[in-house]
Amino acid sequence: MSEEPTLAEVCIVACAEAWRGDGAILASPMGLIPALGARLARLTFEPDLLVTDGEALLMAPDGQTTEGWLPYRDVLRLVATGRRHMMMGAAQLDRYGNQNISCIGPWDRPRAQLLGVRGAPGNTVNHPVSYWIPRHSPRVLTERVDMVCGVGYDRAARLTGRSAGFHELRVVVTSKAVLDFATPDHRMRLRSVHPGHRVEAIAELTGFELTVPADVPPTRPPTAHELELIRERLDPRGLRDRELG
Amino acid sequence: MTAVVLSPDDVAAALRPGMTIGIGGWGSRRKPMALVRAIARAGLTGLTIVSFGGPDVGLLIAAGCVRQVVCGFVSLDTIPLEPHFRQARQQGTIELTELDEGMMHWGLLAAAQRLPFLPIRAGLGSDVLRVNPSLRTVRSPYPDGEELVAVPALTLDAALVHMNRADAGGNGQYLGPDPYFDDLFCLAADRAYLSCERIVPTAALLQGGPAQSLLINRAMVHGVAETPNGAHFTSCPPDYARDEEFQKQYAAAANDPAAWLSFSERFLQVADELGYQQAVREFTASQGAGAP
Repeated sequence: MSEEPTLAEVCIVACAEAWRGDGAILASPMGLIPALGARLARLTFEPDLLVTDGEALLMAPDGQTTEGWLPYRDVLRLVATGRRHMMMGAAQLDRYGNQNISCIGPWDRPRAQLLGVRGAPGNTVNHPVSYWIPRHSPRVLTERVDMVCGVGYDRAARLTGRSAGFHELRVVVTSKAVLDFATPDHRMRLRSVHPGHRVEAIAELTGFELTVPADVPPTRPPTAHELELIRERLDPRGLRDRELG
Repeated sequence: MTAVVLSPDDVAAALRPGMTIGIGGWGSRRKPMALVRAIARAGLTGLTIVSFGGPDVGLLIAAGCVRQVVCGFVSLDTIPLEPHFRQARQQGTIELTELDEGMMHWGLLAAAQRLPFLPIRAGLGSDVLRVNPSLRTVRSPYPDGEELVAVPALTLDAALVHMNRADAGGNGQYLGPDPYFDDLFCLAADRAYLSCERIVPTAALLQGGPAQSLLINRAMVHGVAETPNGAHFTSCPPDYARDEEFQKQYAAAANDPAAWLSFSERFLQVADELGYQQAVREFTASQGAGAP
């Protein structure tokens, strides 16, 4: 692979990294780049991950062989066991990782009705969750979300019993950077910056005050083997660039 | 009980204004659309619809049948947002009880088991509790003392589901990969109505799929309707995939009042389900001929 990695390919590897160390749990990616990331992780450093066909079947790493059955009812049961790490999208996400996919504006009569809360409330209090933000902008990474669907760290801190221990927001992968919550009070922090982007510009494109360490490393570039897998095996038709705004 | 064979219009006639009706399937997948269309034609009003929502919710909203929706989402899958639901929410013309998907599951399970509620972790810390002020939490009576959400039973007056096959007595069989929550909808309801692609002799059921594909038994169902292509335009594998072209037409029309009027005249203001299927065949033929 002589060609330089594209931004989409950097993002796929950053998404794959979210599942590192997870073992035999269900990886649930929402969106194409997270889906390619989950499959890449399984083909390389996280071979035990479970991945579905997007419907009710669990597919073996070859992408052809059915290895199991997971209809919606069983996904919801699996959620409650904690054996899942989902990467969701967000219309709005605040500094503590409170996420909104339900509606914009007042809930009683929204300016824009979106999907609804879906499974976000249950996911975030049961198993690890990460986020994929294909357009890093202050409209998405915002001071306040209009409807808390996915639970952030400030609210999780008020949970009692075991629920508090089950809450974990792993990473936020955006079109410009990787963010995490590795700060004393779990405010969002800049973990790494994708090639070609500057720390100052990313802080300006974030609608809340981002914790910026003194030294922010670049996001890990894909290895030659990873690039080959992405280009020749996982996405030979090159659909991955379309998801980035 | 053993079910009786009905037409979609008979099913609609058995329902009453103001009822709480649960609809099986998920998103734009294996929805009992023939029964939904019959309700729209019958002009039932004031309904509360409990659904993993798709075009069933949108169509009934457009027909003026809906007072309240109980759901975690409404989506057409390949078209993420349902236009009628979206407009109704933005114009404030329907009430919404917005629940997490797991809470929906648990609410139906509670109703099916005649329990007042079931505890769940989902909802804690989220605004689902803010927008549903009647939701309560419960504390574990055991030493852990954990606080959990008490999901109230989602008890239904009626349930509507669509199966691939059934016999005339109400034994229903799904042949696709996902049963969704159709059995739970039936068990959570006072009366359940099953539509199917084909009514077959009981002995033929196991020729189509294994014993565990017999999701619904006749103790769970009051009426059966044979409605070929009855989930159209949602998917009903292995019998047919989603009609994406038709769904696009539906969504485009739903976003434009004039276009919706003509869509409605052509597909909804028909005599019966046979009239709808005839209109769909004509639509498909015109697409194939490259006509607009």
